[in-house]
Amino acid sequence: MNPTATPVRRQLHPPPVPASPFPYHPGSLLSVGDLSLDGISLILTRATALENQDPLTRDRILAKRRVALLFYESSTRTRTSFELAAKGLGADTTLVSSLSSSIEKGESLKDTGLTLRALGAEAIILRHNASGAAWLLEAETRLPVLNAGDGMHEHPTQALLDLRTILAHFDPSTKSCHPERAKRVEGPASQISPPHSIHQVTPETLAGVTVSIVGDILHSRVARSNMLLLPRLGARVLLCGPKELLPDLAALAGPGIAIERDFEAALRQSQAIIMLRIQAERLAGLQLDLEEYKARYQLTGQRLAAHAPEAVVLHPGPIIRGLEVTAGVADGPQSVILEQVRNGVAIRMAVVERALLAETAKGGRA
Amino acid sequence: MTALAIRGGHLVDPAAGVDLPKDILLKDGRVAEIASPGKLKSANGADVLDATGLTVAPGLVDIHVHLREPGHTHKETIATGTAAAAAGGFTAVAAMPNTLPVNDSPETTRWMQAPERGAVIRVFPIAAATRGSKGDAINDYAALKSAGVVAVTDDGLPILKDNIMREVLAAAARVGLSVIQHAEDTRLTQGAGGAASMNLGPVSFRLGLRGMPPEAESSLVERDIRLVTELRDARAHLHVAHISTAAAVAAVRQARRNGLRVTCEVAPHHFLLTEEHVGLYNTNAKMNPPLRSAADRDAMIEAILDGVVDAIATDHAPHAVHEKEVEFENAPNGIIGVETALGLCLRWLHKEWKMPIGRVLSLLSAQPAALLGMKGRGTLTVGSFADVVVFDPKAEWTYNAREGKSKSRNTPFDGWTMQGKVRWTISEGRIAYERAS
Ligand SMILES: [Zn+2]
Repeated sequence: MNPTATPVRRQLHPPPVPASPFPYHPGSLLSVGDLSLDGISLILTRATALENQDPLTRDRILAKRRVALLFYESSTRTRTSFELAAKGLGADTTLVSSLSSSIEKGESLKDTGLTLRALGAEAIILRHNASGAAWLLEAETRLPVLNAGDGMHEHPTQALLDLRTILAHFDPSTKSCHPERAKRVEGPASQISPPHSIHQVTPETLAGVTVSIVGDILHSRVARSNMLLLPRLGARVLLCGPKELLPDLAALAGPGIAIERDFEAALRQSQAIIMLRIQAERLAGLQLDLEEYKARYQLTGQRLAAHAPEAVVLHPGPIIRGLEVTAGVADGPQSVILEQVRNGVAIRMAVVERALLAETAKGGRA
Repeated sequence: MTALAIRGGHLVDPAAGVDLPKDILLKDGRVAEIASPGKLKSANGADVLDATGLTVAPGLVDIHVHLREPGHTHKETIATGTAAAAAGGFTAVAAMPNTLPVNDSPETTRWMQAPERGAVIRVFPIAAATRGSKGDAINDYAALKSAGVVAVTDDGLPILKDNIMREVLAAAARVGLSVIQHAEDTRLTQGAGGAASMNLGPVSFRLGLRGMPPEAESSLVERDIRLVTELRDARAHLHVAHISTAAAVAAVRQARRNGLRVTCEVAPHHFLLTEEHVGLYNTNAKMNPPLRSAADRDAMIEAILDGVVDAIATDHAPHAVHEKEVEFENAPNGIIGVETALGLCLRWLHKEWKMPIGRVLSLLSAQPAALLGMKGRGTLTVGSFADVVVFDPKAEWTYNAREGKSKSRNTPFDGWTMQGKVRWTISEGRIAYERAS
């Protein structure tokens, strides 16, 4: 005990924080924290199996099951990815977007959710501009809810597809990533997921690996899901960006997270680099000089070659070429950005299947 | 009016220094006689309440409630809000002016106190400090005071301009009114991206919610204390509403050492809960000021135990169920509190943290009544108002918000164990609440 510390005057035993009731439905995926490592392994395994399965048998898995996509924000990539995933398993999908529905007329999220349930939706995939919206929807509908991005909070399927991408390039014997490994986006699916890719994850799977997340951490749900997921597999997460976009307290979000404000120092330590988009729409009021930002944090071919020539470069999209990354890096040999897109469909097939078969399947819940 | 004799109870009246078995006689709205058990002289013909095994104390006084009337009667009315308060042991409440219209006039003040409102206990309106609570033009405090106002505030819309706040403090001091400030520098809490919805810290970062820094509270408290220092000769009284941060409490503590008239209240949720109780976006844990860090919460407990805090006040803020069943950042601020204050204070301050029951009751009656100049309340001596709460101090019970008297049920304490069950609440000699025995 430190004798100079102020003595605690009395031992307070304040009321405890009650345990979370979420998720209510075992098929829901609200946060990466809802998944046990076994649950993550199962999703990775099913993603590969479903990807490799004959589409003609695959679309019987969820034949005629009803999945609603409820999108309060425009999104091409995530929406299309989920839609293809659900349809690839034979499910019927319906899209409700904020521009084409009663949402516009001021209906609450609760009422929209209850209406979808009454119409027969068996699961809802939700993208919403408010943090926590997926929890509200799940509590009110008690349906399996897949969080496709809630405000600045989480985007769990993005973190899972990033993980799948990193694992496909990962060599456990050297604890390093190889950009060229698994580097085929064209061609038969079986070549996308090489047989040696890791599916069974443990707390040591990524031990010794450093993943840098660079840019607008403050407003990024992709950053939050990744920084909560990757350290559970042993990875160290380095957050990199200016104070305006990366407050010091981000390092307290969970174990295995540290802040490195020097971009090149972060690059030198990293086997994988996740570049984030500058969210111009959220910058209102922040004093941020974009030219200065680019000078300090833009990933250029020169920086990459000098400091991280072996690392893989990820980006959740949409990319603003010439801002956070140069076109040369986005299209270059270390970029795995299009693989991420491809992995997104596979991961989402696995989580949609999990959502609708959760009651019969065992496991997968933290 | 018939007389009422309360027999066999144990009288705890901290202001009078009484903690003894006593019988008490109430007549014509006042305390007529206090005597040792069985020794009341003038109780012939009085109705009798048998308080054997129960504690008899001055009715509780809550100096921070939102009764929502006029204007927001779907959340609460003066009738339902006072019924809820009576069930919680309160005999007087001070009602905040953020109604529709804002209470900034003697007319609204009198309207709120009219018998037609159906209040079952005494309502003391608090008026807006500025016209429409817009922070510019100062109201006529003398006229408001003669209409029955006990303090002025722009609660929820803090007065940021130094010159206006200085004028408010000086003008209120001239007529002997207190100024209550909801201390929040809104320039730090309402950024371009929208209003912050919880305490700024690791939890708000993790949840992806915009955070309110603790400095938004403490810096305004410090500014207000500077103004009170300048107005020292005028004896301006600043009362800090629902204080919630360690830094703000430290500023109040220092101001008191400097001999200034600076007081503060703490709400039960701020000495019991932390930002972790927001859980996964529980909108019934959203209020302003927000639930703070564990260090801040512990500082509230310490400040209550060591006497810096002058009152426990609930900030009772009813909202309809559908208003809270929305995205966290879109939900309105506030929780109800009048039906749980006594039960929580006895369960935690008294039972858990060993605060003597008399001191707990003083924070809930004598001190807040004195603070806002409610003469003849908060104590039970002969001649004072017959405002009494009779409760079983040992009884434990589980709070069920659905069974409450309030119109609303937005509370984080649903299902919590309470200690101290109210048997009767008597307001100026009339039974305002009675629990079936
Ligand atoms: Zn307030």
